[in-house]
Amino acid sequence: MDAKRKDFIATVVIDLIVAAVVGILVFLLAYILISGLPHVSWSFLTGTTDAFSGAGGIGVQLFNSFYLLVLTMLISIPISLGAGIYLAEYAKDNWRTSLIRSAIEVLSSLPSVVVGLFGFLLFVVKFKIGFSVISGAIALTFFNLPLLTRNIEESLSAVPRNQREAGLSLGLSKWKTEIGIILPVALPGIVTGIVLSAGRVFGEAAALIYTAGQSAPVTNFSDWNPMDPASPLNPFRPAETLAVHIWKVNTEGLASNAAQLSAAASAVLIIAVLLFNLGARVLGNFLYRRVTASK
Amino acid sequence: MLKQYSFEKTAVQTFPDNVSLAMRTENLQVFYGANHAMHDADLGFPKNQITALIGASGSGKSTYLRSLNRMNDNIATVTGKIWYHGVDINEPNVNIYEIRRHIGMVFQRPNPFAKSIRENIVYALKANGIKGKAELEERVETSLKGAALWDEVKDSLDKSALALSGGQQQRLCIARSIAMEPDVLLLDEPCSALDPISTVKVEETLLELQKKYSIIIVTHNMQQAARVSSQCAFFHLGHVMEYTPTATMFSNPQIPVTQDYISGSFG
Amino acid sequence: MEQTNFQLKKQDAQSHEWDARLHRATRATRKDWIGRGISYLCIGVIILVVASMLWFITSKGIATFTQNHVSLWKFLSGTNWAPDQGNIGALPMIVGSFAVTFAAAIVATPFAVGTAIFMTEISPNKGRKVLQPVIELLVGIPSVVYGFIGLAVVVPFMRHLVGGSGFGIISATFVLFVMVLPTITTMTVDSLRAVPRHYKEASLALGATRWQTVSRVILRSATPGILTAVIFGMARAFGEALAVQMVIGNAAIMPKNLISPASTLTSQLTTGIGDTIDGTLPNNALWSLALILLLMSLFFNALVRFIAKRGQLKNGR
Repeated sequence: MDAKRKDFIATVVIDLIVAAVVGILVFLLAYILISGLPHVSWSFLTGTTDAFSGAGGIGVQLFNSFYLLVLTMLISIPISLGAGIYLAEYAKDNWRTSLIRSAIEVLSSLPSVVVGLFGFLLFVVKFKIGFSVISGAIALTFFNLPLLTRNIEESLSAVPRNQREAGLSLGLSKWKTEIGIILPVALPGIVTGIVLSAGRVFGEAAALIYTAGQSAPVTNFSDWNPMDPASPLNPFRPAETLAVHIWKVNTEGLASNAAQLSAAASAVLIIAVLLFNLGARVLGNFLYRRVTASK
Repeated sequence: MLKQYSFEKTAVQTFPDNVSLAMRTENLQVFYGANHAMHDADLGFPKNQITALIGASGSGKSTYLRSLNRMNDNIATVTGKIWYHGVDINEPNVNIYEIRRHIGMVFQRPNPFAKSIRENIVYALKANGIKGKAELEERVETSLKGAALWDEVKDSLDKSALALSGGQQQRLCIARSIAMEPDVLLLDEPCSALDPISTVKVEETLLELQKKYSIIIVTHNMQQAARVSSQCAFFHLGHVMEYTPTATMFSNPQIPVTQDYISGSFG
Repeated sequence: MEQTNFQLKKQDAQSHEWDARLHRATRATRKDWIGRGISYLCIGVIILVVASMLWFITSKGIATFTQNHVSLWKFLSGTNWAPDQGNIGALPMIVGSFAVTFAAAIVATPFAVGTAIFMTEISPNKGRKVLQPVIELLVGIPSVVYGFIGLAVVVPFMRHLVGGSGFGIISATFVLFVMVLPTITTMTVDSLRAVPRHYKEASLALGATRWQTVSRVILRSATPGILTAVIFGMARAFGEALAVQMVIGNAAIMPKNLISPASTLTSQLTTGIGDTIDGTLPNNALWSLALILLLMSLFFNALVRFIAKRGQLKNGR
């Protein structure tokens, strides 16, 4: 009977633990949405921030977050695609490859604050580009590359070998086989990974504080010439993102309604990240159906 | 228990000068690391005939076949010579992609691309610089007809190839290979994943195709070898034991190991 | 070998033509060269990034010792952190980082293992439908949001509960606990799933209860995997910057208890690096903190590898 009793107690304890974990998430989401959403309005989403107190809207920050995200993806997707193809197709099973894999692992396990500091050292201190969109995008690329590379390699390697053989046996080059035959089949997995990593990049702040900077100068949204200093597209202007804004308001902000502001900004951030997660699932499933079944 | 046979006693035919050969291997050996998978294979393959390679699993017949169009590159070490149009295509500086255009291959499991039926055939053609729409269309039709698939799919060329049955997929793979207009067609147990009806269709296709192509087919199915091939090579534990005309092999095997295999004592 | 008809034929014109045709470069060989070049270049970029990151941070980090001639021992054991006055004892931050890391791991592990057992042994169906998304959402929440909730909920709560400011190691532990929970849970689930089915079946067939099977058979054979999961969680906790910095109080003094303001390597870096001038001692000292972070990250990495290797030896693979 003793064993049965222990079994019962253990099951109850585990059920409680699980309930606690689910409860934590429900509390987190509920807290942010309930305390934040009432303060989210159109003027909050599009308004500008008071540079001194940090109060006001988050329009520029929201734009900056998306702009940095797009730039980061534009840089990191091609590089990790090439690197993923190298690992899946060209890398031989030897010490050099395992060294490369270790290097990627090290990069992926580095704290993001270290990645940010490296970006700061390289772009702000050494190259004197200053706090800028481009410094931030490259720092985020460093942070994003290892995960994306691994995801792409895994998706490519998961494609059955006989697809590669089919391409090669027709006299296609390895590269053409990989790009034209393997990549389309691996696409659902790759796209899912990219969208998930976009969510991660969107919420990242530690790597940006000292690269993209902590100020969001008001930009002229009617000026779309990337060379103009006032243009939102200018890659050399400082660009505080939404995530950095939340940190800034909480730690250094002088706004009297800092808690409301950050709750509202957090709610927007969480909703964006949730949309990315949902989007990854939906898009992945959609592409998977397209690739496997008939149209 | 597996009987021990002497690898000294073999019966491998050579062809006189007046028989023109599509390919020929000389001293071909294959190693997987330290594993010596294929010993000294000296075989010639007459033009416009079907040659069958038979033997138990692990006898080296597939390994041998995959060496012929360099599909074993990066997987195994292949030594010896592979003569094709007077050129040793086992040399490292040979253009392997060009070789594979002339020596096509069909695999054990149907492996169509995850594309439409039409795209399966034209993809490699386009990559090789064939651009004309009319020519591509014509190649699609002739190759599908050649693989006896045209009538079944001519109205659904834009459907995904993955929606076809296994037998249709395999014939599509054959069509895809012959669309490249190769010289030689290598088939690695092309029917092992197919049902009997599909198998018959593929075999009929091969018999028709030998008028245009030289065919080398690996099979573990002796009846199939007897039905389709003119020449037959028997592989045993990495050695070619006997290579004779198919009629001879099945009616009058020359050496004990072949006799035992044909009569079903092992394998 | 006798001369074959093929070798003799090699002389004739047709053969020459084939010889040329099979040796010349084609579109495919050119494509392959280009593709190979591109992919080598991409992997090269990544290697270059990693190498220069290691190089720059190391060379900046050791400047404190080579240029400012601070003794390594004093740096590691000193408890007085006032870089402007030349005092750079990093022990408070080192202790702070290890304290929050271990505390978070100790709290999170039972929750993670319990959740993982639920997902794999008790109710795989609910596990997949409910808990999997829960875990994924917990991973997805950005660290500044965790920091904000820590600041808005955990800190005031601690203030009411035990008095003081509410900032401190215990608040940081709470926040990190939730942040490392999904990491440890996901990897524990993987290692529990990797336990061969027949272990479980054999145990149940012998009349063992579910809990006996889980505790004595499944958890035991999954131990290396769970250990790896915990180390990954600790690595995440050790490197987390903003969420911790927002709730720990950022006082570079030796923590006397769990409820007074303290600081970690990451929190000190986040607050300090913008206020110091490149090349000065206060700046170099911060880079030395970054170097410790880097080395710890490498250490966690090596530890995971070591456990993986031992696990393989044990299973005779």
